[in-house]
Amino acid sequence: MSFRKMMACALMVGASMFGAAASAGAGEYDGVTVRIMTRPGKVIAQRLIDRGVEFTAATGAKVEVAEVPFAELFQKIQTDWSTGTNSVDVGVFAAGWAIELAGAGLLEDMTPYVAKDTKLDEADIAPYFRAFQKIGGKNMLLMVDGDFQMVYYRKDVLEANGLQPPKTWDDYLAVAKAIHGKDMNGDGEADYGSCIFKKRNAQSYFAIQTVAAGAVQTQGTTQGFHFDPDTMKPMVNNEAWKAAFELYKETGKYGPPEELNFDIGDTRGLFKAGRCGLLIEWGDPGPMQIEEDAAAIKGKLFAVSALGWNKVLDRATGKLVPVTKENAPYSIDGVNYAPFAAFGGWAGAINAKSDPKTKEAAYAFLSYMNQAAQSNVDVTIGWTGYNAYRNSQLDNPDLWIKAGFPADLAENYLGAVKGALNNPNMASDFTLPGAQQYSGVVLDTELARYLAGEITVDEALANIEAGWEQITEDFGRDKQIEFYKLSLGVSNK
Amino acid sequence: MASVDTIAARPDLQGPAGAMKETWPEWFDRHSRHIFIWPAVLMILVFAIFPTIASVIIALSRIRFAGGGFQVRFVGLQNFARQFVGNDQIHFLGRFNQMSALGWIVSLAVTAAMVWWFVKFFKGGFNLVGFLGRVITAGMIIGLTLMFSGTLLSGNAWGTLGTTLFYVFVGCSLQFLIGLGLAFLCSMPIRGKSFFRVVFFIPLMITPLGVGYAFRMIADTNKGPIQPFWKWVGLENFSWAADPWAARIFIIVGDSWQWIPFIFVVMLAALESIPRDHVEAANVDGASSWQIFREITWPQVIPIAATVMLIRVIEAFKIVDLPNIMTSGGPGIATESMTLHAVFAWRANDLGQSAAVAYLLLFVTVVICASFFNYVVLKQLRKS
Repeated sequence: MSFRKMMACALMVGASMFGAAASAGAGEYDGVTVRIMTRPGKVIAQRLIDRGVEFTAATGAKVEVAEVPFAELFQKIQTDWSTGTNSVDVGVFAAGWAIELAGAGLLEDMTPYVAKDTKLDEADIAPYFRAFQKIGGKNMLLMVDGDFQMVYYRKDVLEANGLQPPKTWDDYLAVAKAIHGKDMNGDGEADYGSCIFKKRNAQSYFAIQTVAAGAVQTQGTTQGFHFDPDTMKPMVNNEAWKAAFELYKETGKYGPPEELNFDIGDTRGLFKAGRCGLLIEWGDPGPMQIEEDAAAIKGKLFAVSALGWNKVLDRATGKLVPVTKENAPYSIDGVNYAPFAAFGGWAGAINAKSDPKTKEAAYAFLSYMNQAAQSNVDVTIGWTGYNAYRNSQLDNPDLWIKAGFPADLAENYLGAVKGALNNPNMASDFTLPGAQQYSGVVLDTELARYLAGEITVDEALANIEAGWEQITEDFGRDKQIEFYKLSLGVSNK
Repeated sequence: MASVDTIAARPDLQGPAGAMKETWPEWFDRHSRHIFIWPAVLMILVFAIFPTIASVIIALSRIRFAGGGFQVRFVGLQNFARQFVGNDQIHFLGRFNQMSALGWIVSLAVTAAMVWWFVKFFKGGFNLVGFLGRVITAGMIIGLTLMFSGTLLSGNAWGTLGTTLFYVFVGCSLQFLIGLGLAFLCSMPIRGKSFFRVVFFIPLMITPLGVGYAFRMIADTNKGPIQPFWKWVGLENFSWAADPWAARIFIIVGDSWQWIPFIFVVMLAALESIPRDHVEAANVDGASSWQIFREITWPQVIPIAATVMLIRVIEAFKIVDLPNIMTSGGPGIATESMTLHAVFAWRANDLGQSAAVAYLLLFVTVVICASFFNYVVLKQLRKS
């Protein structure tokens, strides 16, 4: 971290502690302990710990952060709260998981807290993420992060090879093929055209949805791309998903040999070392490239909000058909785009069974994390894992330039983020009961088996269809239809 | 202590109806068997029987967590059935497209061997328990042969059952051969014997998680600690984790590194317990080293070898740490053992399926190990 940035952080911390920080006053929560559970490692958890120290100094409440493996996070929080163990007061997890917990009555309704909170400035939160905070009109979550996946490219490498940034997924393959094997960091060794984390039981299932969304969803966010909203019949066993699966597998030809065993940390290590020409990622690589250990790519990793398809799914036949203004009204120059809100973002929820004083302190801490004074700093630091979700972050290039972004990178990065957020065809992640099972179990397992060559693409899609149907039946089809429509913003009432 | 005659002669020790009035020490003495046994029985009930029964209930149900507890819906044998038919069949058993000619030949040969086994049994005299035991064993062998013939021998991917058996049979055989070889060498009068004994024993004391991470790093051809070696042998761009067989073999290498010492230590003790005069007498008679091993050493260590293999096989069925750490069960499900299968199902809150897979593992383990014990270990123990 540069001296200037350290000073800026220190000033922000000071300001937070003595003024604009928590809604609570000094010593107000003496003797209260807020126990938080989230994913392990520096990303997400470390900033909660750091801010927790400040919060303790400002309010007296002790903040403890327990870290558990990502794949076990939801299960641990759900069982802790539903079985009455209640060893956790706050869960910081994927915003999309909350609906299942809220449906079981496990989440504290934060609406009264939000109404009294003068420092939150809810209107500053971008509308898409503000909507994520509410379930059935009630504030059940507070975002600490805003997530969707974008495609990044090495501007310098593409320029050196006379290539344009990709616009479609076919372009992605063509560019990856053209630059694969070139030395991209000057170490004399061949580097990779494409880097995607494809390890099973990690986060590979997000990237496949980023690829598929544009081929399946054409009529705007309310259409969805996982199920038929009226019947909950899976929309997965068709030519569009098949094309996405095949393309996703083909990217492996231009990736690192061990890509199938790569988690997000592995690919991040590679692209920061300047070894990747293209990658699918969340907003993090933007600020990550200005960190000290990413000197090889500083100011060189540019983003596009989404890649598209020039053929889209005809839902009546299950076939791919060329894009027209009729079948894809939001298409641009014959290409249909659907930026995927992968994960939605990390958000905090409060255990409804915690004692009232702890709940109050828990809300005060989540509010503290969310307030612009803190989050406008946190989102500009790559390692935090927090990405922009407030208008004051998205509309303020100076904030990013001050953090160390070159001006052209700041413009490109914010343009890509806003391009996705403002796209009327933005594709939503699963936000219904069983969300983790639909994607993190069924989709992830069958995708991994297809990538490993154990099953054909047709078998994988048929298995996903059957697996999703089983989950839908298990939770109750009618209830799931209701939740799915709600998550897409479709209302029959 | 007052005898019965003494009490009968003393009215003050008798109750109103003539019954004897018993003192506390006497009462304690009379009930001491129960008093001492009940804590142990209760412990077993609470920590063994109750979880076993509870997991049967879970295996027959679908459980969903909700506010204030969980909802249980009885689904009968559905969680078991999905492992054999439907879309989970591929995960557990593997993919069955078409049986190859080799698959048919092997299946028929094994079935014929089982028929011959039964004929031999009937000729030796019939007993019901022996017959039922053989029916279960033969059923399991034929079933597993059909599974391997339909998957491995027919060019199809197998599921977690096949992977587990691969770890058990290939891994344990390899570990036994190397462990026995090392023990045999260390039982010889060689220099530095004590040093080797300590060195060979160390891996057994390391946590499996540590072994998993260490082998994951070692096997990383791209940036691991022995990357220069991989580069030197031309495997710099080979990805073991992306190849199902390479990944399985690497896991067996890691598992063997950890467990060979166990075989080594036990077999070394067995070899050193053989009376030296037998070997010396054979030497005097001019027997070769191989003859001495085959005719004197091996027959005397067979019972111990069979027992150590039984213990190792039971342990190997539960393999979970290494595939979880090294590959997370991948690529695909190529390295996923049945225990890891159950862990992943549990992690996804599918407790019913998790319990069902665990019970299937228990069934396979018990049948194979009981068969091994009855038809191999017991036979050798009787001989010795």
